[in-house]
Amino acid sequence: MATETLSFIFLNAVLANNFVLALFLGLCPFLGVSGKLNTALPMGLATMFVMLVSSICAYLINTVLVSFNIEFLRLIAYIAVIASAVQLVEMTLKKFSPGLFRSLGIFLPLITTNCAILGLALFQTFKEYDFLQSLVYALGAGTGFILAILLMAGLREKLELSTMPSITQGAAVSLMLGGLLSLSFMGFAGLGG
Amino acid sequence: MAKKENNVITWDTFSEGLWHDNPVFVMLLGMCPVLAVTNSAINALAMGLATTFVLLASGTLISLLRHSIPKQVRIATYIVIIATFVTIVDYTIQAISLDLYNALGAFIQLIVVNCMILGRAEAYASRNRPMKAVVNALGMGIGFTFALLCLGVVREILGAGSLFGFDLFGPRFEPWVVMVLPAGGFLVLGAWLLLFEWLKQRKERAELEPVAETR
Repeated sequence: MATETLSFIFLNAVLANNFVLALFLGLCPFLGVSGKLNTALPMGLATMFVMLVSSICAYLINTVLVSFNIEFLRLIAYIAVIASAVQLVEMTLKKFSPGLFRSLGIFLPLITTNCAILGLALFQTFKEYDFLQSLVYALGAGTGFILAILLMAGLREKLELSTMPSITQGAAVSLMLGGLLSLSFMGFAGLGG
Repeated sequence: MAKKENNVITWDTFSEGLWHDNPVFVMLLGMCPVLAVTNSAINALAMGLATTFVLLASGTLISLLRHSIPKQVRIATYIVIIATFVTIVDYTIQAISLDLYNALGAFIQLIVVNCMILGRAEAYASRNRPMKAVVNALGMGIGFTFALLCLGVVREILGAGSLFGFDLFGPRFEPWVVMVLPAGGFLVLGAWLLLFEWLKQRKERAELEPVAETR
């Protein structure tokens, strides 16, 4: 059982070991959906919500798997749970907030293949977090994801207005920006320890 | 399924993944492992081979089963098939080399959510005969491994002054530590993309210039 305090887990997941900028998880939406601030925020929130749901499910499932001694099925079970959780979120949103559902569009189902979600479920298992720790870890990871994608979207909106050499247009400049953001987040290493 | 399948295997079936539609440099798919495990050439190679195996095996199986998978649940089926092969790779690497397994960490299991594999399953393996799917998957896998090596080699040479673990420059070399840190991954991939874009634009200009002179 891990003994880290809850505040350490949270800060660690938000800043020092930010899922996107330090662990390279969830890069596809990070590069794909970060063009505009008003699509980046709903995407971040949806991801965070799926993270919370799948973290709880993954914790429960892992308990069941361990008690039956069938851990080798973990990966398949997790991915099935995440896919159903995404489906659940999609149906709930469609029912209660059709506007938001339309604006998220294709991004919602794509959360299934967002490695940040599966990564979170795997990491909390490897680190042997208990239920509350897992929940806080998921919250921190979600906040970190929102932070990274918002920063990136803000920078790219500014970039639209500036003149650049033609070869840097496209993905290359986003990656360079990501590199600079990642460098600055390295400054948080050791925080909360 | 009414569309007639094109059964001819050409050189393009194999080579499109190598260069023209390279999954990393052109399509920007499967970014997470690309950046995360390429801090040394040997890790990059192992990751590339593991991904190639999963790509090949899942491509073959999905292509064989393509007429019996119901359309509504195909994505879930693909994911379960891919997850099965990833579990096999995960345990195999653990048995072969524990050091390598620890270095790659959770990223072996994260091959499941590599968009490239699911993308190939959906766009290619589910529509073509097994032989053709295998050839294409092999090309894609080699292209992916090549891209990983491009990054891994640069990052290891600059960041640690070595290649595949062999010291290159002797003790007086001051390593650029940033290259093996996360930021280096972003920067090196960005630099490769810039280089390719520059080459592409130079080629386009070279094709245009003779026309301009005759005018």
